[in-house]
Amino acid sequence: MEYQITYIVLAAIFGGFMAWGIGANDVANAMATSVGSKAITIKQAIIIAAIFEFAGAVLAGGEVTSTIRKGIIDTNSLGGNPELLVYGMLASLLAAGIWLLLASKRGWPVSTTHSIVGAVVGFAAVGIGTEAIHWSKVTDIVLSWIITPMIAGVIAYMIFQSVHHLILKQEDPLQKAKRYVPAYMFVTAFILTLVTIKKGLKHVGLDFTDMQAYALAAICGVIVALIGGFFVSKVKPNPKKEKRFHFYTVERVFAVLMVITASGLAFAHGSNDVANAVGPVAAVISTAKSGIIAAESSLESWVLLVGAVGIVIGLATYGVRVIRTVGQKITHLTPSRGFAAELAASSTIVVASGTGMPISTTQTLVGAVLGVGMARGLTAIDLKVVRNIFASWVVTIPAGAGLSIIFFFLLRALFG
Amino acid sequence: MANFITDMLGRSPVDPLQEHIATACKAAYLLPDLFKAANLNDWIKVNEITEQIRDYENKADEMKMNIRANMPKSLFMPVPRQDLLELVLVQDKVANISKQIAGMVRLRKLQIPDGLVDCFNEFLSLCVYAAKKAKKSVNELDELYTTGFRGAEVKVVENLIDSLDEIETETDNQQTSLQEQLFLMEDDLPPIEVMFLYRLIDMVGGIADYAERIGRRLEILLAK
Repeated sequence: MEYQITYIVLAAIFGGFMAWGIGANDVANAMATSVGSKAITIKQAIIIAAIFEFAGAVLAGGEVTSTIRKGIIDTNSLGGNPELLVYGMLASLLAAGIWLLLASKRGWPVSTTHSIVGAVVGFAAVGIGTEAIHWSKVTDIVLSWIITPMIAGVIAYMIFQSVHHLILKQEDPLQKAKRYVPAYMFVTAFILTLVTIKKGLKHVGLDFTDMQAYALAAICGVIVALIGGFFVSKVKPNPKKEKRFHFYTVERVFAVLMVITASGLAFAHGSNDVANAVGPVAAVISTAKSGIIAAESSLESWVLLVGAVGIVIGLATYGVRVIRTVGQKITHLTPSRGFAAELAASSTIVVASGTGMPISTTQTLVGAVLGVGMARGLTAIDLKVVRNIFASWVVTIPAGAGLSIIFFFLLRALFG
Repeated sequence: MANFITDMLGRSPVDPLQEHIATACKAAYLLPDLFKAANLNDWIKVNEITEQIRDYENKADEMKMNIRANMPKSLFMPVPRQDLLELVLVQDKVANISKQIAGMVRLRKLQIPDGLVDCFNEFLSLCVYAAKKAKKSVNELDELYTTGFRGAEVKVVENLIDSLDEIETETDNQQTSLQEQLFLMEDDLPPIEVMFLYRLIDMVGGIADYAERIGRRLEILLAK
């Protein structure tokens, strides 16, 4: 292929740019809930996000990456024109990145996933032909966008009901919290580890039997619960603050739990959204290198690194501002609510990632928060804002598609 | 830059409601000083206190408007929006009636007759205490929201409301006995002044009535 190096460099730059957008917006959004509830500081949020986003992308992001790479487009229909895929994927990255940048400047609640899927479908439909698209796969993806927020909502509802019955409505909520919170920590670590082992680790080259997987997940759960339990036991009652708000210390216990669920959310986010940015890059690289559309080539590790580094830079340059604004706002999720939403969202996202579904992490989290609200857990939810968040993908898909079509023809004119 | 999760969480009505009743109660807390100054013929002081009460009443009014404005119909809340709006309305009445009492004392240079002073002061401080108790109940709202209006916390609030009821019954008894005593003094006092004293007793009793109604409104939140 003629411009092999140029394609790879461009893919890395555009991919890094999109990852930067994800870090500036999505990651910041997810971590802000934990910072807003004073569970962690901004610095800790960035460190946690960096570590767990990266781990999520590497360990559990393979399936989503391959969906974006080759699940949406029928690569056989490209025939002798592998360049078309390169132009299209570059155009998609650029389109999604620019749309995300515009949206975060304007404060629009758009999703990375919707923009990249819209962009890929857009260039493929116009640039290659509508028959080049796996429409059944696209239908599945669109359906998952509707179903996952609902599932997360139901799970969050049940988790919060259990918190209510086990801890909050009891006579001695503090003792009960100290007893049950480590159990929630166990559940968080157990689910995330189990799904990762069963769905994610295959492409890393590790294969476990069911028994081994469950045993390993249980061990991880116990370790996390023990560490968390240690920090929980260090939470001391604060009579002065409790006079003003009786549940002050109880919330402090949940804040420890929220650090763990926030890590889980960062991990889940990495498994889904980092893959969104990395998928097209991987497609460009494998096509450019081999000159043919390779279906089986493995993911290059430096590609994931570009994604991870882009996210961390995005978080550090722009995301910090998002988090800080949220920290100053009056409304935030208290830890006893935030953890329920985060746990529900991250388990839903990780399962979706395992099946290769590129879903919207933000909307899943919004669904989970609504679930907590349904359980009478929140003082007020503005349904107008919720409607806007869910309606945003109706705008984002055509916008991503339109932009990627324009860039596709531009790139083809430039290189072709 | 926006955070969608934070945006979707509407502003909690709890803090504004608690600040509102605190302000309304501050107006009521000034009343004992007002009557003391009036009976000492210190009308400058009466003027000052009346102005302070007016300020608090204005502030409470403003807060009430803000609470209403920040509670759009699109809010999804664990308790009906209407119940919260009615709660703030009753809370506001505590400030309103305090202002009316102060205004009347200042305008008519009202003084409590010597034979009535002790009983009246006891009655007044009990009514003000009822307001304080109502404030304490409203201060449990954040805990109620935390527990989803169920469980052990509900009992705490129910106990507060029960004691609020008892205080109100006691102020009713004192009000009746004050009226009886005033009736016996009627012949020795200027008739118009007697009329206003009857009204004054009713209005001071109104503070305890509104305090009890605040408790009732909270109880409605619990029952759901």
